[in-house]
Amino acid sequence: MEHYLSLFVSAVFVENMALMLFLGMCTFLAVSKKVETAIGLGIAVVVVQAITVPVNNLIFHYLLKDGALAWAGLPDVDLSFLGFLCYIGVIAAMVQILEMFLDKFVPALYNALGVFLPLITVNCAILGASLFMVERSYTFSESVVYGIGAGFGWALAIVLLAGIREKMKYSDVPAGLRGLGITFVSTGLMSLGFMSFSGLTL
Amino acid sequence: MSMNKTILIKPIFADNPIALQILGVCSALAVTTSLSVTLVMCVALTMVVAFSNLFISMIRNHMPSSIRIIVQMTIIASLVILVDQFLKAFAYDISRQLSVFVGLIITNCIVMGRAEAFAMKNPPVPSFIDGIGNGLGYSVVLIVVGTLRELFGSGTLLGYTILPSVANGGWYQPNGLMLLAPSAFFIIGFFIWILRNKYEEQVEKDEFVMAPHTAEKGAH
Repeated sequence: MEHYLSLFVSAVFVENMALMLFLGMCTFLAVSKKVETAIGLGIAVVVVQAITVPVNNLIFHYLLKDGALAWAGLPDVDLSFLGFLCYIGVIAAMVQILEMFLDKFVPALYNALGVFLPLITVNCAILGASLFMVERSYTFSESVVYGIGAGFGWALAIVLLAGIREKMKYSDVPAGLRGLGITFVSTGLMSLGFMSFSGLTL
Repeated sequence: MSMNKTILIKPIFADNPIALQILGVCSALAVTTSLSVTLVMCVALTMVVAFSNLFISMIRNHMPSSIRIIVQMTIIASLVILVDQFLKAFAYDISRQLSVFVGLIITNCIVMGRAEAFAMKNPPVPSFIDGIGNGLGYSVVLIVVGTLRELFGSGTLLGYTILPSVANGGWYQPNGLMLLAPSAFFIIGFFIWILRNKYEEQVEKDEFVMAPHTAEKGAH
């Protein structure tokens, strides 16, 4: 149990997807102007991460890994080079299924997420989490915890940045730095703050 | 010919993918701690953008628009697999250092963005050139950031010592912050600032402008 808790804390704070590993930056900078939309996108990312990372874990262990096809009578087959194609396919399919499911059963959430769901397919935080899961060879239960933690950390970062940007639009920023430039600088300062979590273990 | 030249040159400074279009920022920050890794990443990305633009533009009239995203994704992912296998075979150390970021070229918004915005509407040759131009625009930002970070962070460039560090009996005290995450954000922020001072039309409008003082003189 402690092991999972520590994995979760490190995925949220120490290895924060957005601020420490720079993943999902494009959406992070583009969709952080309002706190409400940031929260909607954050929730969508957590849900998608929590599903895709474990599913990709199963696919890697039972289909792609060296010798994983032994159950099908093909013990010498190594399909791990097909990884990228499979993971991105799984992510696109999962997002599509989730969209249809929410549309049918939870229309309120579906309307709240709106255009963000399809956007998530090309968010590198999602693919990044799956690739890290493979690189660090997590087990199935670890990958569930890691997926939720990575998504939650990203959501936390984007909501915080949106809060800062909402206040900042009233301030007088030098002309060339306005908009994107000052957003980069404030993200840098946030990342400096998150560095104080490094070395945190439970 | 001159049109092709414009397509090639424009994305480098005037319409830079990172600084103006906000595309492909993630890898720009993560792989820039050392210059050699940065250069490999630039070449890999330029290749993928150019060829994905070329192939997508070739089949653009045969693709039903409802499944175009999946088709584009498949083409891009196949190209990235090629690049990844190539790096693993010929530059294993660098491919270890790039770790997941080669794979993340798939979701790099520059590739998808250019495929959607340019290759779907233009013939193959200009699309290929547009891919190279955008790849170069991305490379310029990455090389600037990579040079600054490696030079001031460890006093070396491409592994050769430029500023001899204190630890090796020299005079330069390496600035460790340059190798950490926050400095990449600051450097790109300032890069954008410098670029926008030169190209003033890129400056964003303020959402709120202070209203002029309206009270009449001596009215109180």
